[in-house]
Amino acid sequence: MAEQMKVIYERPRSWANKVTHYCPGCTHGVAHRLVAELVDEMGLVDKTIGVWPVGCAVLGYDYFNFDSVEAAHGRAPAMATGIKVTNPDNFVFTYQGDGDLASIGMAEIVHAAARGWPITVIFINNGNYGMTGGQMAPTTLLGQKTTTSPLGRTPQANGFPIRVAEMLAQLDGPAYIARVSLDSPVNIRKAKSAMRKAFNAQVRGIGFSLVECLSTCPTNWKLTPVESMERVRKEVMPYFPLGEFKVVEGVL
Amino acid sequence: MSDKVLMKGAEALAEGAIQAGCRYYFGYPITPQNETPEYMSRRLPEVGGRFVQAESEVASINMVYGAACAGVRVMTSSSSPGISLMQEGISYISGSNVPCVVMNAMRGGPGLGNIAPAQADYFQAVKGGGNGDYKRIVFAPSSIQEGVDLFVDAFELADKYRMVVMVIVDGLIGQMMEPVEFKTRIDVSTLKTPEWATVGRHGRDHANIITSLTLDAAGLEQWNLKLQAKYAQVELTESRIEEYQMDDADYAIIAYGTMARIAKTTIRIARAKGIKLGLLRPITVWPFPAKQIQTYVGKLKGTLTVELAYRQLFEDVQLALCGKIPLGWYGRGGGVVPGPQEILAAFEEQFGKGR
Amino acid sequence: MERVSIDEERCKSCGLCISICPVKILIISDRLNARGFRPAQCTDQDKCTSCGSCALICPDIAIELHREVKV
Repeated sequence: MAEQMKVIYERPRSWANKVTHYCPGCTHGVAHRLVAELVDEMGLVDKTIGVWPVGCAVLGYDYFNFDSVEAAHGRAPAMATGIKVTNPDNFVFTYQGDGDLASIGMAEIVHAAARGWPITVIFINNGNYGMTGGQMAPTTLLGQKTTTSPLGRTPQANGFPIRVAEMLAQLDGPAYIARVSLDSPVNIRKAKSAMRKAFNAQVRGIGFSLVECLSTCPTNWKLTPVESMERVRKEVMPYFPLGEFKVVEGVL
Repeated sequence: MSDKVLMKGAEALAEGAIQAGCRYYFGYPITPQNETPEYMSRRLPEVGGRFVQAESEVASINMVYGAACAGVRVMTSSSSPGISLMQEGISYISGSNVPCVVMNAMRGGPGLGNIAPAQADYFQAVKGGGNGDYKRIVFAPSSIQEGVDLFVDAFELADKYRMVVMVIVDGLIGQMMEPVEFKTRIDVSTLKTPEWATVGRHGRDHANIITSLTLDAAGLEQWNLKLQAKYAQVELTESRIEEYQMDDADYAIIAYGTMARIAKTTIRIARAKGIKLGLLRPITVWPFPAKQIQTYVGKLKGTLTVELAYRQLFEDVQLALCGKIPLGWYGRGGGVVPGPQEILAAFEEQFGKGR
Repeated sequence: MERVSIDEERCKSCGLCISICPVKILIISDRLNARGFRPAQCTDQDKCTSCGSCALICPDIAIELHREVKV
């Protein structure tokens, strides 16, 4: 009998193996890795087209070994619709932040969800506009200070945060809508399982799917990466509860 | 037996696009071009294509962008305010080097304006409209038949140069009925998926990426220089003009589209009165047929630019002729279309009796 | 072969792996990598249980895990 080393975890093959431009501790990298792992595990690398947003993930296409396009701000779901319609057998996902998806791109995401056509959306909710320096987003919590809500967000001055997952789950179009968190190993495992269902909803031709990922922005939150994870648990999750909000029959 | 069929402009142009190989159309309702998307919604499924009614013109052009990235023949159509909303997308499509066709049935502006025929989107079409240094080939047909024929060229040139081609018409051309013949039918099964298209790797040894983003300034300058080289080639080879009754002309009207149609009647009346008037009709307004117009320097006593706008086409005529021929101008705005006699009166006012 | 392999050039010293390691064998090293970060390092490979938590939370895909098996 001899001893051999068995691989417990190694880098996904569809990951382009570049060092990302993300700040230390930013959970974009975690969400990226889950996408790459699922593309590998589900054998999708040859038929995947990623549609990237304007925001911190604008260069996302650099980090994967599958085809990608870079959309205009907020328009990823429209662009993905054009791509999917021309090649329905391909796997098409958008990757969008909260400013991109829930502010400037709200019309496109709502109508993509309402059409219900099988595209998949990975939605990163980190409560601010990271790329532009930490301005208030549609998901910024009440009381949260940002560079454009310097005294903290108030309903009177800024209105209320938008719960995208719950809102879209009211539509008849979507096949699968969930909110997950990337704050801990256990939640990252759950996030991957939700993303797998979302991918499956498309692969099996069932319909539109979206996974909202509670994420961190240590740089603009002015917290350490570890403190940022704690903030997600203590402050963000109470307003943005985790869970599956829409699961139609056949999604697994 | 003739192959001609009597069709409404907006529908004939849609069929022209389909005959040119267009299989994907994304659009949003706006007058005066609704017959085009309506026709597409009936007809595209019959030929194995897809029609999608988008939630806005912003979404339409970005769906077009997505389909264009897949390397298929795709178009949208709209009218002035809707085309304004598409400018961002047109800039991105241009910056990404992917092909598509956009039709604008121009209406009165600015703002909501009205739905009457106009040519006031000329600057937007030929000078830019969106951000950055980019150009589009812009066809300006003056009849339904010409529009149908030009749609074939529009899709061919869009693919050849990987750029946006616009077809600008107005409500008059869209709403009139004329006999039309579909002379060219592109067999889409012969169209190959371009090697740059994002259609999934399917064994390709590298990933295709389509983006208009280049963060590095020197890199973006190089990208711009490539685009500029392409535009220079298009300017050199693709400008088109119709020269009508110019052989013996002392004077020329310069007009395009609907306005040029009316000008032909003006010329008939003028010639009956002994005025040797001809017509220079740009078929492409970008690239502007400046060289062809310049050949008349020394031959013409004057030109009258006529347009449904305020000195937009006129500006390109000025740039082409640099004062080497006396320049007159006449235009109406807001959707008012001058008749042939009105144009002749403007000519006589500016150039006397043409002797 | 190491059970926990940390690609030091990818590490951005965020400390997330250290915060969740159940057997507390990860620390920030005192070296600098080419990008100027002090990478995480494993102090005791033998104590690693291959639970995978560090690889799961690492935003930079800098960690790979292996384990001996009898064959």
